Amino acid sequence: MDLIKADLNAPHSMGTTIIGVTYNGGVVLGADSRTSTGVYVANRASDKITQLTDNVYVCRSGSAADSQIVSDYVRYFLHQHTIQLGQPATVKVAANLVRLIAYSNKNMLQTGLIVGGWDKYEGGKIYGIPLGGTIIEQPFAIGGSGSSYLYGFFDQAWKEGMTKDEAEQLVVKAVSLAIARDGASGGVVRTVIINSEGVTRNFYPGDKLPLWHEELEPQNSLLDILNSTIPEPMHI
Amino acid sequence: MEFKMAQAAAEVPPKGGFSFDLCRRNEMLSNKGVPPPSFRKTGTTIVGLIFQDGVILGADTRATEGPIVCDKNCEKIHYMAPNIYCCGAGTAADTKAVTDMVSSQLQLHRYHTGRESRVVTALTLLKYHLFNYQGYFQAALVLGGVDANGPHLHTIYPHGSTDTLPLATMGSGSLAAMAVFESKYHEGLTKAEGINLVCEAICSGIFNDLGIGSNVDVCVITKGHKEYLRNHQLPNPRTYVNSKGFSFPKKTEVLLTRVTPLEEKVEVIEGGDAMEE
Repeated sequence: MDLIKADLNAPHSMGTTIIGVTYNGGVVLGADSRTSTGVYVANRASDKITQLTDNVYVCRSGSAADSQIVSDYVRYFLHQHTIQLGQPATVKVAANLVRLIAYSNKNMLQTGLIVGGWDKYEGGKIYGIPLGGTIIEQPFAIGGSGSSYLYGFFDQAWKEGMTKDEAEQLVVKAVSLAIARDGASGGVVRTVIINSEGVTRNFYPGDKLPLWHEELEPQNSLLDILNSTIPEPMHI
Repeated sequence: MEFKMAQAAAEVPPKGGFSFDLCRRNEMLSNKGVPPPSFRKTGTTIVGLIFQDGVILGADTRATEGPIVCDKNCEKIHYMAPNIYCCGAGTAADTKAVTDMVSSQLQLHRYHTGRESRVVTALTLLKYHLFNYQGYFQAALVLGGVDANGPHLHTIYPHGSTDTLPLATMGSGSLAAMAVFESKYHEGLTKAEGINLVCEAICSGIFNDLGIGSNVDVCVITKGHKEYLRNHQLPNPRTYVNSKGFSFPKKTEVLLTRVTPLEEKVEVIEGGDAMEE
C-alpha cells in the first residue's frame, strides 16, 4: 500500500519516445502517448507534440510539468516575436528560445525537447535540446527513455532525401519498436508532418501497429491468449 | 522568549516564499520525542467524465488525519465559477486554499471582461500556481465545466502538469475508479448512465481503499445549468443505532434565569432636519 502511495505522489513524468526527422521538403515529428506516475499510467493517450506557432511544433519528454510550462512560455515569447517581426518566426528562433529557457534553468528543469518545423528561409529543420540546454541542429533527432533502443535502428535505416511517406513510415516503425521494448513508452503513435503546404496530424492506434518478436496479438479478453496462435515474425 | 518567537513568526522572509526559520526547532523537538502534528489529508477518490450534454464530477466525503477519520462528510467538490467545479484530493488545506484563490481570481476576471469564465482560464491559473510551488502544494485536482467552447475536463497534478481527457480519476482510489471507468465508459452517455457510472467508480474506491469512505457527492454541469447532488448516495449508513435512543439520567440543571434588556444609547428624533455641512 505504501509503495503504491509513494508512486502516485511521484512527479508526473513522461518516460517517452520522441522522434524528429527531416525529409525532402519538411519534417515529420513522432511520439508515443504514455504519461506515467511511478508505475501507474496516468494518461494513456497524451499528446506530446505541442504547437508553438503555425509552422513550429515541439516534442516533449521528461517531467510533464516542466515541459508543459517551458512550451507555454516559448509559445508566449514566439507570439510576441511574430507580432514584432511582422512575419512567421523561423524554426531556429523557436529552438533558441527553448534553449535559452532550458539552459538558464538547467538546475531546476528536467525535460528534453525536440523542436521541428518549416520556414521559408531554411526549409524543414530539426533541433534537439536535451537535458542541460545544449542546442544541436540535426537531420534527425531522437529523445526520451525509449530512444536508447533506436540508436542502432536509425544508424541503419536513416537515409538522406526521403519522401514524405517514407519518412512518416520510418517514424511510426521506430516509435512502435521503442514501445515494444521500453516499459515507459506505450499507447498510440502520433505524428505531425510540417511542410510548405501546412501541418498534418496523424494517429496510429496501438492495436494497428506492427507486432515485433514474440509480441502477442491484441486481445479482447485475457482468456483468449490461451487459445491464440503464435504470430509469424515480421520480415524487414 | 515569547516576544522573540512572535517577532520571528511575523517577519516576512526577505526573498518571499517559504520561511524555513523553524526547521531547526522542529528537528530539535522530534529528536526529543515530540511527534509532529499530522495534517488533514483526504485519502480520496475524485472522478470526472464527459457525457453527451456536459460534465459529471464525483467525489467521496471522507477526510483523514493519519489513521483517524476527522470528517465523515466533508465537501470535496469545490465551487470555482457558476459553470465550473473542481474536485480536490491531497492535503485538504491546500486544495481548499488553491480552489478558493482561483475562484476569486475568476470572479474578478468576470467583472473585468463581462463574460462567463472559461475552463482553460481556471486551468492555467491553477497550473501556474502549483508549478511555482514545485509540488509542495499537495493538491491533485479534477477540474470540469461547460463554457462557450463546450464541455471540458482536466486533471491537474501537484507538480503543475495537466491532462485533458474524457475521463479522469485522482486520489488514492484513482486506480480502482479508473478500472471501473475503463470497462464501462463509452462516448455519448446519457445523464442517468453517467451519474450511475460515476457512483460506481466512487463506490469501488470506497469499498476497496481504506482512505476513502462515507458518501458519494455528484455534480452535473451542463450548458447553462448545474446540479450539485450532495450526498447522492449513502452506501455507509450507521447500522447499529440503539432503537431506544439515548437517555441522559441527569439533565443540565437551570440554576438561574436573568434577562437584561439592552439600554438605548441613541435617541431617534422623528421628523428631524437632514444633516447639513
